[in-house]
This record gives sequence, C-alpha cells and structure tokens, in this order.
Amino acid sequence: MTAATVDPGAITAPPIRSSAEDFKARMLRRAPLLPALIFTVIVTQLPFLYTLYISVIGWDRDHPEFGHKFVGLKNFRAVFSDHALREAVLVTVELTVLVVLVSLALGLVLALLLDRRFAGRGVVRTLLIAPFLIMPMAAALLWKHAFYNAQFGLINGVINGLRGWFGNHTPTSWSILTDHPLLAVAIPLIWQWTPFMMLILLAGLQSQPGDVLEAARVDGASAWQIFRTITLPHLRQYLELSVLLGSIYIIQAFDAIYTVTRGISNTTNLPFAIFETQTESGDYGVTSAEGVLVVFGTIVVATFALRVVSSLFKEEANS
Amino acid sequence: MSATTSDLRPTAARKRPAVSERRAVTRMTGGLGGTLLSALAWLMALVFFFPILWMLLLSFRSESDAASPRLLAAFTGVNYHGLFSGDVKIALLNSLNAAVTSTVLVILLAVPAAYALSIRPVKKWTDVLFFFLSTKMMPAVAALLPVYLITNNLGFNDNIWALIVMYMAANLPIAIWMLRSFLLEVPREIIEAAQVDGAGLLTILRKVIMPVIAPGLAATALICFIFSWNEFLFALRLTGQNAKTAPVFLAGSIAPEGLFLAHLCAVAFVVCLPVLIAGWVAQDKLVRGLSLGAVK
Repeated sequence: MTAATVDPGAITAPPIRSSAEDFKARMLRRAPLLPALIFTVIVTQLPFLYTLYISVIGWDRDHPEFGHKFVGLKNFRAVFSDHALREAVLVTVELTVLVVLVSLALGLVLALLLDRRFAGRGVVRTLLIAPFLIMPMAAALLWKHAFYNAQFGLINGVINGLRGWFGNHTPTSWSILTDHPLLAVAIPLIWQWTPFMMLILLAGLQSQPGDVLEAARVDGASAWQIFRTITLPHLRQYLELSVLLGSIYIIQAFDAIYTVTRGISNTTNLPFAIFETQTESGDYGVTSAEGVLVVFGTIVVATFALRVVSSLFKEEANS
Repeated sequence: MSATTSDLRPTAARKRPAVSERRAVTRMTGGLGGTLLSALAWLMALVFFFPILWMLLLSFRSESDAASPRLLAAFTGVNYHGLFSGDVKIALLNSLNAAVTSTVLVILLAVPAAYALSIRPVKKWTDVLFFFLSTKMMPAVAALLPVYLITNNLGFNDNIWALIVMYMAANLPIAIWMLRSFLLEVPREIIEAAQVDGAGLLTILRKVIMPVIAPGLAATALICFIFSWNEFLFALRLTGQNAKTAPVFLAGSIAPEGLFLAHLCAVAFVVCLPVLIAGWVAQDKLVRGLSLGAVK
C-alpha cells in the first residue's frame, strides 16, 4: 500500500504511460477517482439510456391500456413537426442572449466602478452581490407579485403616482406582463446574474499587472487608451468565462418562466416546454424524444463551449 | 500581453509572481469625477439591493398596507407568527437535510477524485475532468422524466433521498473542479519532503494537504449548499407533501385569491436568509467557487 505512495518520483512524474508499470500501481492511482466516476456515470448516463429507450416506444401516461409498443421514430417526427417546440428553441436563444449580454454589460460597468478605492467600497460590494444569493424562486415571485402586479405592484404604483402629480388620476393600463412578457422573465434573471458577472470581471480587473498600467500612465496614455489597449485585452478571457458559465445556467432557466409567465405569450423556453409535455400532455414517448434531441443539441453546443474552456487549459496540458 | 493573459491557468498559482504589489496601484481617483463615480457606484448598489429591501419592508406590513405601494407604512410582525412551526418548518428541515447531506457526500467523493486528478494524476486526467464538466452542461430537464420514473419504480417518490442523489450528481462536477484547483496550490516540495521522511498517505493528507485546502473545502461546500438549497425543478417533480423543500413550499404559498403579498415576502425572506448570510460571510470565496476555481 505505502510502497507506491513513498516513491518520491511519482509525485512530480507525468501520468503513467509505460506499460511496464505494474497493474497494481495503476489501480492504486485510479482508486480514489473511481467512487466519484462510477457514481456520476450511473446517475447521469443511465437515465439517458432509459430516455433513449422510451423515445422509441409509445407511452402515454393517461392511456396505460395502450401499453409500451415500439413505434420507431414516430415520437421524433412528432417533435420535428411541433411548431411550438421550434418556437421554444428560439425563445431559449433569445432569452439567454438577452440576459447574458445585459448582465455582462451591467456587470462590467459595476466591476469598473468597484475597481477604485472609495468610501464604503466593501459595503457597496456586499449590497451588489445580494441578488445573486436570493433563491431564484423567491426572486421570481418577488418581481411578479411585488413589482409587476398591475394593481398592487410597485412599478405601476410609481407610474400612477407620477401621473397623479401631473393631474392624471386614471390608473395606467400598462402592464409589463402583458406588454413585454419576455422582458418580464428576463429582468429577475438579469438582476440575479449581473452580480455574478461583476464578481468574475472584478477579479479580472484586479489581476491586471500594476506595473504595466503605471508605465502606460507615466507615458501619458489617457484612461480610455489604457482601457482599450491594456484592460480590455486582459479581460477577454474573463469575459469569455463569464459568458460561458452564465450561459450554462441561463439556458436552463426554469423557475422564472414557471413563476412569472407560466410560458404564455411566447415565453416558453426549452426546459419549460419539456416540463409541460411531461406534466400536461403526459406523452412520455414524445417527452423522451425531446430530451434526446436536447441532449444531442447540447453536445454540439458543449463541444464548442468546451473548446473555450480547454484553451484556458492548453498551457497546463502542454507543460 | 501574453504574460498578463495567463492568469486563468489553473496552475497559475504555482508559477505566478506575487500579487501583493498589484492591489497597491488600484486607483484612488480624486476630484469631482472621482466623487461622481463613487456616487454612481453607491446609487447602483442601492438600486440592485432595493428589491430585497422592499421584500423585507413588505414582510413587516399588514396585507392591506402591502397591497398599496407606499414607502412607509405601519410595522407589524404578524406575517412571521407561526412561521417556524408547521409546514414552513418541515420544508426548511427538508431543505436543510437535502442540502447538508448532499454537500457532505459530495465532498467525500470529490476530495479523493480531485486528488487523483491533480496531485497523483491518472492517465488521461484532462478527459476525465472534461467528462465531469460535460455532465454539467446537459440541461437538467432532459433527465427529469427518466429520473422521475426510476425513483417511482424504486419506491423513492416523495423521499428526500431522491433529491439528495440528484443534488450530488449536479454538484459533484463543480466540487471536483474547485477542489482540484485548490489541491494544485499544495506545495509539491512539502509533499515530497514528507514522503522522504516516510509519512504515509493518510498522514500527508491530514498534516500537509488539509491545512492548505481547508478554506477551499469550505468554499466548495458553500457553493454546493447554495445550489442544493435553491434548486426548484427536481424538488417540484420528485417531492410531494412529505419531502417538500423550501422553494416548492414558497411557490405554493401564493393564495389563488385574497391578499398574500406580505405573507409571501415573509416566507421568501426566511427561506433566503441562510444563503444570504452564508454568502455574505464567505463573499471572498464566491468568485473562485463560481468560476470552478479558474478565477482567483
């Protein structure tokens, strides 16, 4: 047991490559990894195999008398001819792009503001990260009922108050829920994800080498020149990372849609659409076909996204 | 520029020059412009924090006061009465159970795995790392139906263990990535020196590795706890009356008719509080955790 761990060369040696190295040592090296790996394979891959199986059978929750017969690609044809589902893909893209871009921009502004010393900077930072720590379900409910509600929400309350000042005492009929439903879903998400973007970008700003900035300033570069030619290129990796990580979570947004609009007026994204097929229609075959397609779609997108992550790794892998 | 863009490398900590002089140059902008920028930072902080403040204010109002938006109204604690008994208490205990149990188990699985991917790397360790990350990119909703059917078949419907297993699967990749980045900071020379002195694996773990990664371990646990505590989709689908967690209870606490806003805000504030406090206390660790250890 200890013979392998006492070998001092093993610590700094690259991963074992020689076939001569004995089997036991390799297994010993692998052993600590196995519980986590086996657990992850079982819990994440087995359900997928099950989905694959259900996707080619007919399985209607509400009609158990039909049994589970093999139906070939019928479920997939149903998915491809489903206009609403294509719409859901579009909504997912729209919502993700909107939320990621707006929170990235706001996060950048906030990070730049916080990358200076001023009175109460710690307090400002503490206040700013709070939205990210709020339970997403609580955030969605808060925005929907305390802010958006047409009668007792704060937004219309303020609008009506302003109208009152100008002598107009009829309450406004405007409502973000009916007039801009996608925006109504996006606002709580932007509110929660801006602090996330800010934190990553702020860490990026603070890791700038001070001597380079100092030298640029001594050479008489303007603040804008320094930002454009030194800060922005330095931040690129951090921007990519925040977009990637933010997208992973926002593509999956469910709570906000479930709560704020329940998917009405073109706010159904993919997660909500699949949830609806499963719980409302009860057609498990079609639900599974949707799941399989989403997984394949994700593999395509993820391969692309992982390239971004692995570029952060390249140097290490080569060294 | 190549020197400055290398900071995201997971191994950077081992080779990077000292950071100490960088903080010192953070600009102290003076003059009118500086004051305006500081004021803007404060303003934006208040705007972002306002919804939480508003939630807290509404939670201390009577339902009728909460229904007409005014900045000031009479305070009442009525919405908090009985909030720590009955259904809220059960939901909070379920959430606590799901979040704490899954976090502990994730750490137990992730520490050895991260060790095998950093200090004594197995063959193809990059492939393994990316396999873990790729499971994180799958939309969870694609697994919802099979997981629902499997847990029902195994007799685990409305059982908190179904959630614990799902939260473990969801957080394990994050934990492994994070812990790996912390393990890379353990000075190799010390491990080698300990080995030369004849220390066994357990001694090295306890005396050399643990002290260095303890803060990282805490940060990892915090992130896992937050994600489990806040999760809604699986909790909604896999639990019923018994195993219902806080987000599900919260979603169900809006009355179909009548006024409920003040009560809702009180429940929301109570279920958000644990994460809010934990996150504020450990805010320095958040960035590193959320970026899977890539940003320090």
